[in-house]
Amino acid sequence: MAILVDHHTRLVVQGITGREGTFHTQQMLAYGTQVVAGVTPGKGGQQVHGVPVFDTVRQAVAETGANASIIFVPARGAADAILEAADAEVALVVCISEGVPTLDMVRVRRALRGSGTRLVGPNCPGVITPGVAKVGIMPGHIHVPGPVGVVSRSGTLTYEVVYALTQAGIGQSTCVGIGGDPVLGTGFVDVLELFEDDPQTEVVVLIGEIGGSDEERAATFIHSRMRKPVVAFVAGRSAPAGKRMGHAGAIIDGGAGTAEGKMEALRAAGVAVAEMLGEIPGLVRERLGQPGGPNS
Amino acid sequence: MKLHEFQSKAILARYGIPIPRGEVTDTPAEAAGIAERLGGRVAVKAQVLVGGRGKAGGIRLAASPREAAEAAAAILGMTIRGLPVGRVLVEEAAEVERELYLGLTVDRAIGRVRAMASAEGGVDIEEVAHARPDRIGSVAIDPFLGFRDYHARYLASFLGLPASLWVPFSGIAQGLSAAFAESDASLAEINPLVVTRDGTLLALDAKINLDDNALPRQPELAALRNADEESPAEARARLAGLSYVPLEGTIGCMVNGAGLAMATLDAVKALGGMPANFLDVGGGARAERIQTALDLILSDPRVRAVLINIFGGITRCDEVARGVAEAFSGRSPGVPVVVRLVGTNEAEARDILGQLEGVRVQRSLEEAARLAVSLAGVGV
Repeated sequence: MAILVDHHTRLVVQGITGREGTFHTQQMLAYGTQVVAGVTPGKGGQQVHGVPVFDTVRQAVAETGANASIIFVPARGAADAILEAADAEVALVVCISEGVPTLDMVRVRRALRGSGTRLVGPNCPGVITPGVAKVGIMPGHIHVPGPVGVVSRSGTLTYEVVYALTQAGIGQSTCVGIGGDPVLGTGFVDVLELFEDDPQTEVVVLIGEIGGSDEERAATFIHSRMRKPVVAFVAGRSAPAGKRMGHAGAIIDGGAGTAEGKMEALRAAGVAVAEMLGEIPGLVRERLGQPGGPNS
Repeated sequence: MKLHEFQSKAILARYGIPIPRGEVTDTPAEAAGIAERLGGRVAVKAQVLVGGRGKAGGIRLAASPREAAEAAAAILGMTIRGLPVGRVLVEEAAEVERELYLGLTVDRAIGRVRAMASAEGGVDIEEVAHARPDRIGSVAIDPFLGFRDYHARYLASFLGLPASLWVPFSGIAQGLSAAFAESDASLAEINPLVVTRDGTLLALDAKINLDDNALPRQPELAALRNADEESPAEARARLAGLSYVPLEGTIGCMVNGAGLAMATLDAVKALGGMPANFLDVGGGARAERIQTALDLILSDPRVRAVLINIFGGITRCDEVARGVAEAFSGRSPGVPVVVRLVGTNEAEARDILGQLEGVRVQRSLEEAARLAVSLAGVGV
């Protein structure tokens, strides 16, 4: 077991003929992901690394039975690509595209409400179930299968943590990058809920950062609803207020969204909060093999 | 991207929101001329992209054109929280009865635009939100249905406005909401929205921030960017697609990914160093972008060591290494450079970096940060 992505995942790559789409299609195929189709309007009939290309997602789904999509199209077309996939009833849409206008995402989130489509991202590294499939841009070789679920707002910071876990001999059930934008398809709480119900996952690592209040909401959920232990890290303790630290969502606004505030909320919910990245594998190991209990 | 008050007000006026008559200038003589044309009392207001200009003396009332010139002369020489004042807005002074707040922003938790109103206008709304959250009324706006009349009625009633002002208030709120949506704003505020002595509503101050991600489809608004509000380094970074925030320290940092960049800065600080900047080279960073990033870091005279931390995903380590090699070809970086990279194509990257002089390759972030901190300390 795992969450979101497994051996039933049949992937369509939207924007497959672009530079990143082509490169990561090859990487995902090499990892063992069932990449069954690609979509680039006007390039239907071509092939990319042996994967058939279609003009529309609907055609791709009809011909190949794709049930998940990954999006590499430029930011201005990302909202349209997400809606196209949802309209074709693709169950999981992972949007890698960076720089999507926030109000596009406001409309997309509203449009997806009540649909059968779950969106992860945008501006995210995707989802990987080690040893099974990767629907994302993360380097596959740093992951190994195991009992730790990882959820993060960051991309490369997640790789850093996963790499450290793997080096310490600790494998992962599924790693989910939810993205660094202010408005996202899937938040921490959504993923925590999935991990709580996943038999393979024993411990969850949550990697947050400054800005917004998703970590605080996660803390509330962990305190009231989770039995599995959670280890957390929050990036941006040295960030000044009012400056956007790269991610559109990573900004301390009017004293809200600070790393300290988030760490405090998580600690109060019974989460083991790492001060330094290097502490994470040790904190996870202490919690593996322990019986679950309420985080309160 | 932040807009000046006069730019924000020009947008509001296009949406039918009443604003005081006024003009912007950069000379005291013109300020006098504007005051002359307006007649009567005027407010002379510094146009700087920071809060707290009123407290800093950046807003003055003038009863005559001569006083307006004096006020402009005083304000145009000022520096407010590090930013020199290059322009003033001269506008007719209002007779204020009540000061209200009306603003829109994206509520991240629910993924919708939220309109907020408060009877505590004219002060920092964040302070109100913190101290008296019950004094802020708000409504979440469905993007498909837009700002409705009942939203306006709810807010007007929350503010305790007399029924005679509900229709004009509704017009202002609808206008602000349309301006927000059509400008791809991330914040649109009227603070204060005043009730004047003659019983009308007027947007006395306004602030609009734009979503940087949407600027490519808002060319007219993007063109409002003021070159003088951005340092040359920041402008260069922006044009190169780099996310760059100058800080105060001595260790120049180049990292891919915002989260890892923040964590790298945190590590530097925790190990006793001070980062000189935040710099995210972004996803899929190619060699030339890496080169620009290094040039930016090395152009900061405070930098005594450079720390490069790359974890390859969409970014390929060999491209980064090639960029580092090109940046240093034919010249020495002048300061020690510590590189740490892991991930996609890392072996090729190690081969390339191994041939560079003065570049030290480390395996872990903590080792790399510790080495950079100790190297930056040498000779201080």
